[in-house]
Order: sequence, then C-alpha cells, then structure tokens
Amino acid sequence: MSRPMVDLRGIHKSFGTLEVLKGVTLEVEQGQVVVVLGPSGSGKSTLLRTINHLEKVDRGYVSIDGDLLGYRRVGDKLHELKEREILKQRTHIGFVFQNFNLFPHLTVLENVAEAPLSAQRKQKKEVHQEAVRLLARVGLSDKENAYPRQLSGGQQQRVAIARALALSPKLLLFDEPTSALDPELVGEVLDVIKDLASTGTTMIVVTHEIGFAREVADRVVFMDDGVIVEQGSPTTVLDHPQHPRTRAFLSKVL
Amino acid sequence: MSVSARPLVAAPEDEADPASLKVVPSRHPWRWVGVAVVLVLLAQFIHGLVTNTGWDWPTFRQYFTADSILRAVGVTIELTVYGTVLGFALGVVIALMRLSKSPFLQVVSWTYIWAFRSIPLIVQLLFWFNIAYLYQRFDFGIPFGPSFVSFDTKDLIGPMSAAVLGLALHQAAYAAEIVRSGIIAVDHGQLEAAAALGIPRLRQFRRIVLPQAMRSILPNAANEVISLFKGTSVVSVMAIGELFYQVQVVYGRNARVVALLMVATVWYIAMTTLLSVVQYYVERHYAKGALRNLPPTPLQRVRAQYAALRARAGATG
Repeated sequence: MSRPMVDLRGIHKSFGTLEVLKGVTLEVEQGQVVVVLGPSGSGKSTLLRTINHLEKVDRGYVSIDGDLLGYRRVGDKLHELKEREILKQRTHIGFVFQNFNLFPHLTVLENVAEAPLSAQRKQKKEVHQEAVRLLARVGLSDKENAYPRQLSGGQQQRVAIARALALSPKLLLFDEPTSALDPELVGEVLDVIKDLASTGTTMIVVTHEIGFAREVADRVVFMDDGVIVEQGSPTTVLDHPQHPRTRAFLSKVL
Repeated sequence: MSVSARPLVAAPEDEADPASLKVVPSRHPWRWVGVAVVLVLLAQFIHGLVTNTGWDWPTFRQYFTADSILRAVGVTIELTVYGTVLGFALGVVIALMRLSKSPFLQVVSWTYIWAFRSIPLIVQLLFWFNIAYLYQRFDFGIPFGPSFVSFDTKDLIGPMSAAVLGLALHQAAYAAEIVRSGIIAVDHGQLEAAAALGIPRLRQFRRIVLPQAMRSILPNAANEVISLFKGTSVVSVMAIGELFYQVQVVYGRNARVVALLMVATVWYIAMTTLLSVVQYYVERHYAKGALRNLPPTPLQRVRAQYAALRARAGATG
C-alpha cells in the first residue's frame, strides 16, 4: 500500500501544564473507518481536533494525502500557514461536533449550502440542488426550510452530517456524534454514519458506542492518558484486549 | 395526625360527565378596585390637560408645525443620524480592536473607551467647540515631515462639525462595548463550526457571528440611539439650532415657556415612538430561528381579533 491518507506523527499537545496528548502516532488508509475509544479525559477529542487544526499541535505533525496541515515545509523549517490557507485545507476535512453547532439563524438548507457557497464560488442554484440531494441522503427531505431549533437532536445531527458532506471532503471526523442525543435518537444518526462507511468514505469516529465500533470499524484504537494503548481489528481489541487498561475500560462500558 | 385521602371538594353526586359541567371563573374584586383608582387618577390628569389654561394649547398649536421648529427638528434628526452612523462605525472598529489578538490594539481600544466614557459629553463638546484655541491649523502631509495641505481649524471645524464630532466620538465608546458584548455572547461553537467548514474569516463575521450578535446588540443599540436623539439637546450649549435650542429661543422671545416645552416634548415623544416601532421590527427580523415560532406582530394580533369579532357577530346575527 502507498502512503497512508491520514498520517499523524508524534503528536504532543498541552493545555497549560496539563499534557493531553503525549506522543500519538496514527495512520489511516484511504477508505478505512477508524473508531477511537477511551475513557473521558484520555485525549481522544483533542486528537480529533488536531487533525483539522482546530487545535494547534505543540510537537509532531499531521499530514493528509501528503499535505502538512497548518505548515509549509521549507528545507528543515516549518512555516506557519496563514489563516486563509488553513481554512482552505479544512475544506477537505468534514467535522461533526458533539453539540451539532448548526447555525441557528439559517434554515436547514442554508446551513448545508453555506460552506460550498463561501468556499467554492459555485452557482447558488447548483449548490442548492446538491444540498437538497444531501438532505435526502440523511432522510430529511421535508425539513429544508425548517430552522435547526425546530428539529429534534437526531435530526439536527443528521443536518450537521449533511453540512460536513457538502464540500465532498476526503476525510470525515466525528467527535462523539451521539453523546448529546436521547437514547432513542442515537440509532438514526448511527445509521447515517454506517451508510457513509459502506460507501467507502474515510473516517475517524470518536464514540462510546461499542456496538457501532464492532459493526462498522475496520480498526479500533483504544486511547488512555494521552497515548494509544492498543489498536487492531474490532474483534481483537474488543473481544481479546491485550492491555489491562483496555480490559478495565471495556468491563465498565459493556 | 394522619393525612386522609378525602378530597377537599366533594365530587358531583350524579354521574354527569365532568367535562360537560360549567366552569365559573374565580372573581378578583381587588383588581377592579385598583382599576377604578387608576381610572380616576387618569381622568383627573386628562381633565387638567384640557381645562388648565397654563398648558396654553393655542400657542402649542401655533408653534408645533412652525417653520423654525420643523427646521430645528431636522437639525436634531441630522445630528442623531450622523452621531449614530459615525459612532457605530467607529464603535465596531474599536470593538474589533479590543477583540483582536494584538495586545497593543487591545490597550488602545480599552484606553479609548475609558477616556470617552470618563469625560461628560457636555465637557467634550465644549472642548471640540474650542479646538481652535489648541490647534490653529490642521496640516495634512507626511507625519513629522512636510505638509501638503493646510486648513484653518475654524474653517475645518465649525459648530455643527464640532457637535457631530463630539457626539460620534462619545457614542463610539458606548457602541464599542455594546457591539463587543454582542459578539462575545455568540456561542464559541459557532466559530468552531464555521472554521471547521473553512468559511473565510470576513464571511464568518458577516454571515455567522454578526446576525446572531445582533440579537443582543439591538435592544442596547436602540437605547443608545434614543438617548443620543434626546442627548442632542445638550448641543444647545453651542448655539446650534436644534429642537431644544430653538424652543428656548422662542420662549425667550414670547415667554410662553410651558407651551413651547410641550412642543419639544411632543416632538421628542413622536420621534422616539417611531424609533421604538422600527426597533420592534428590526429585532423581529433577527429573531428568525432563535425562537421556534415568532409571536404575531401587534398588527397581526389586531387583525386576528377583528376577524374573530366579525365571525362571532356573523354567528349571532
């Protein structure tokens, strides 16, 4: 196999004196679905946020398809990119937040169309047609003109997924996409993510849904205390964990 | 003591469906007493307005739409518009400086707000009015170097410009804080979502942050516009012919103080009412999506009530 699509090398990140990531190295191949598990405070959300440069790393680097994120390498120096260039890099990476973060003053259709309209300078009509298609894909054809606050949590998260898809990203990142949802709404969101996984989208999902990891993941990564403790196929990690910390975590959540 | 399960009110003896029973609303006699007292007081006040010759309504009528007063209302509106537009334009810049990542710009912004909130408006206005004592000439050119154009301060800053300058600079300090409060009230997740979608910085501000910030900026901004509108009466100290100055000039001549103060009062009330109505509809515009369903406007409510009344009249008649 050629070089991995996502390449994280020795990522370190501290908030003040608290070291949240202590040297994380992770590779994700094109079309792979990687599920990141771990107790809260293990650094999994921070790791996900470094991948699209929402958090700047202190040490190490992130590269997507061979492009360094946030920096340009000249000789043996890394030059920080301008914000405009970082924003452009982010258009290749879709991000779905735990709290949806939909724009409450825009309709569902406008939420989905906002990024393509601002970034790609396409025709409004074309962008809207694409947005309508994406909303149909997440099962929300009838909600185009609703405002986010008029929707249920599950519907809002599905709009957020459609919004993340609107730029046809190479990579999708999910940060605990079902943690803010009522239990009966979790299924509808996971179904949409499963559907995306089956179409060969590359994605990294931080979640607490073990069943989802078992069903969808090509690889499960277990993190604790800022490092990757172990990783492998779902059956290996979930059924035959090698590390005592993985065993301790799984015994609590299963 | 034991608590018995006996209901406080005996249930109806017969087997009739409780849903079919007539509901008698409870009475509130003291509420009616309160209404009666207030009505009497109101009636006394209105009676006084009409019968007390001190109000001098004929003089009021004579001057309310007099040319000199209308011109003065125009000057007041002009001062308000300039003060608001320039004040808020500068205020947005100062707010953004305060929110920028540069410590120098933050300090400059903080100092500006500190200075202009500390100086009473009237003192500041008089400073601008007398600026020619401090700087006789204004030179435009290379800083610390030669100048290309030179103006006499008295020609450049007349009383009207001094008033606009003073009002706008004063207003900018308050506007900056109002705009900043609106911007920091927008959930941080909104900026993260916009950044994650790669929306360019200017568009993030214009399309995502500002419309949401407007929700909390507007009520405060409307307060400021209204208080600026009335605050323009302060510039009467600079002998500018705005509404309050003009009224003073007239009653200085004819000694009809009360009638002319009423002319000014009614104009101020009328214009403030207009501003309040505009505020209501602008706020409603920015409430889109913030509420699940917008409440009806007063006009829609009146129409709905009228329709209901007609329907009832049609049913009985």
